[in-house]
Amino acid sequence: MTRTNSTSIHSQPASRLQRLLPRHVPLHILLPSLVVAAAMLVPLVYLGLRAFEADSATLVDLVFRPRNLQLLINTLALAAGVVVLTTVMAFPLAWLVTRTDIRFKRALTIMGVIPLAVPGYVMAYALIGLGGNYGVLAQLTGIQLPRIQGYVGATLALSLYTFPYLFLNLRTALSGLDGNLEESARSLGYSQGEILRKVTLPHLMPSLMAGWLVITLYVLGDFGAVALMRYEAFSYAIYTQYSGAFDRIYAAWLAIMLLVVAASFVMLDSLVLRRKLARVGTGVARPLRPTPLGRARWLAWPYLIVLFGVSIGLPVMILGYWLLLAPPDMSFFARVPGTFLRSAGAALPAALLAAAFALPLAFLTVRYRSPFSTLIERSAYIGYALPPLALGLAMVFFSLRTAPFLYQTLALLIITWAMASLALALGPIRNSLLQTRPSMEQAAHSLGHGPVSTFIHVIFPRLRRGILAGVVLVFVLCMKELPITFLLAPTGYTTLAVTVFTRTSEGMLAEAAPFAAAIVVFSSLSVGLLLTKEGK
Amino acid sequence: MRKTLFTATAVATTLLAAPLASAASLTLYSGRGESMVEPIVKQFEKDTGISVQVRYGDTAQLAVLLQEEGDRSPADLYWGQDAGAMGAISQAGLLAELPADIYEGLPTIYTSETGSWVAASGRARVVAYSPERVDEGELPESVFDLTDERYEGRVGWAPTNGSFQSFITAMRLEHGEERTREWLEGMRDNDAVTFRNNSTQVQGIADGEIDFGLVNNYYLPRFQASDEEFPVEQAFFAEGDIGNLVNVAGIAVVASSDNQEEAVEFIRYLLSPAAQQYFTTNVYEYPVTRGVIQNPLLEDSDRLLEVAPEIDLDDLEDLEGTLNLLRDVGLL
Repeated sequence: MTRTNSTSIHSQPASRLQRLLPRHVPLHILLPSLVVAAAMLVPLVYLGLRAFEADSATLVDLVFRPRNLQLLINTLALAAGVVVLTTVMAFPLAWLVTRTDIRFKRALTIMGVIPLAVPGYVMAYALIGLGGNYGVLAQLTGIQLPRIQGYVGATLALSLYTFPYLFLNLRTALSGLDGNLEESARSLGYSQGEILRKVTLPHLMPSLMAGWLVITLYVLGDFGAVALMRYEAFSYAIYTQYSGAFDRIYAAWLAIMLLVVAASFVMLDSLVLRRKLARVGTGVARPLRPTPLGRARWLAWPYLIVLFGVSIGLPVMILGYWLLLAPPDMSFFARVPGTFLRSAGAALPAALLAAAFALPLAFLTVRYRSPFSTLIERSAYIGYALPPLALGLAMVFFSLRTAPFLYQTLALLIITWAMASLALALGPIRNSLLQTRPSMEQAAHSLGHGPVSTFIHVIFPRLRRGILAGVVLVFVLCMKELPITFLLAPTGYTTLAVTVFTRTSEGMLAEAAPFAAAIVVFSSLSVGLLLTKEGK
Repeated sequence: MRKTLFTATAVATTLLAAPLASAASLTLYSGRGESMVEPIVKQFEKDTGISVQVRYGDTAQLAVLLQEEGDRSPADLYWGQDAGAMGAISQAGLLAELPADIYEGLPTIYTSETGSWVAASGRARVVAYSPERVDEGELPESVFDLTDERYEGRVGWAPTNGSFQSFITAMRLEHGEERTREWLEGMRDNDAVTFRNNSTQVQGIADGEIDFGLVNNYYLPRFQASDEEFPVEQAFFAEGDIGNLVNVAGIAVVASSDNQEEAVEFIRYLLSPAAQQYFTTNVYEYPVTRGVIQNPLLEDSDRLLEVAPEIDLDDLEDLEGTLNLLRDVGLL
């Protein structure tokens, strides 16, 4: 992390440009990073081209109307609510499974990721279906809840399936934290509270920020749950423009406006994030001995039960309810495995591709810091922050003009999914890299290991958790992704999410249930499988 | 780096394995759901030997996709859920003209003046209501009655829904811009409850959130098919009222298609008695041709033609005007 200083000292006589460029970046890191940045330019160019087609009168009417300001305020309020609520959900959970002696840690960890697998519309339906006098709760127990909707509904729904982003980030950080740090602090006479505030939290900041950023950007672009909850956010205006007006020009303007908002969050994040993180001494990082929970477990378990009861129990219950209400034909179940294979067959390569590109990007930004590398790394957020429909259309435009043979092939779907989710993989990988010291790599190099060998023997074992977390995040997102699939999947390549959509959109909830359940079950199983592979 | 290699191989393999299109194969972009489209497509393939690849998606998103693709589109056919979408792509010049004889014997409300698309099935706008909380006498004669005080806070609508927007376009044509604006503002000030779509409205009536909903006719029968005691009913407004607008799912041949003949054959197939019977029996929509056995859960087809307002569906193209109006009133 001291590289920035040394760079500026050495480069005093050099030109401005040289100062911007990172020094001695190996090609196998620079090249993939440049590929990412170039790919992210595609949607920007596309939106720019479309935006230029606008006629000024309509533009003023639509883009600079006061209502957009209201939508923007709504969106920011939603993002703030979700950030607070997800932190309340994720932080204690991450703490419990990494730092205490609570039982069933592995199961709790897996359960902490499962809500990610719940498609937004299923979570929204579950919450909406709960209340009202013909709602599930009223029918089963006679208790009537008011309908959950609007700001409260949207905040709840979004928080319930995005908090695992923060949980995974925090868990990676907490378990990678050098135990010696806290023990030194304790030996210096710091109290438990002071240690948390002065030692632990600052080291968790990058992970907290990464999680918050990913969640905020998700909230900015989400349409599904927000629309079902009838909360008017900015993404809603974009969707209406495409879907209500069949318009691509003013929608492009709105998407650019959304990108500007997203970019300000991304920049804010990089401003706060630049702090020095370290370990103590030269030894191996030592995990902390778990804190005994003692009587606190009477608080911990009820908390866990409520958290998982709502985030997992509720959607599972609503799916079961749909199934019981009108048991679909057995033939529907028979089609689930094939549809799952199509979903996973595209989502897994996309997850690996995203992780493969996130790795060099993380190295560039952590080991070769410069304004240039930060810019490149931050560009990865473009794909994630864009409304998926806009990204999908950009790729339609791009591939039909430059590589028509790629159009509506599995390869293009995988590439686009990877572009949309690269930022998700980047967070945990970057953060685990921040916790390993460059001296390990340097030592390996000096012992004669090449980059490949160093990666396999030295870096990968240390980054395994981060890489796995990244792969899981991308995989699960792609399993439930819709708009990009609509536009870019090979014709006839019907995924689980598409099957669920085409049935719920025609009001056939029961027929949609087995496929929606399959998304949740198979994604959870994959999550479990990956997490058990991560070792201790 | 091993990972990069692996992914590269994976990508290359999938590229090579990409399906190769054969000569007698059609590509259908369907805004209609798989569960209703697939049985018909299977039967068509069996009867004609022409294979059909279906891309399922959202009606509007597929319409935007067709525009983005332009004359490079791989699609031969587009099957959209509402007349508005059909009008939009027809106006963008993306559709081929259909042979005139396709329209023979169809009631005029199911044909297109531009001759570039045809209705495959019809549905009507109705008012759904709660029999528990609504007396017979309270049922509105006209959709314009709903701005009355006694309906305050009791009516649901879905301003972002395509069918609703087509209905507003029809109202503008029939009653003019001013009256429509007054009605929208009246509804808004009467605390009409905004929903995302039709089925959530029907659910909302059952849940007790609203007493009336402006919906399409086929949602309620689906709820009833799975729950006989579902506490919602529906009715038409008085004869000729704009609230009974009949909208359609339309099918069209994409202009850039190389398989025009086979595509037209598919359209003829959708208008055949077997397909029409399927639409009304299994999907609770109205057949566009005669000689189909009535679905007992639906009002009589002839009754539908009686109550339906006379609107040329081609004129429903001016969605932009409707959206501007809805935005002006603050509903979008």
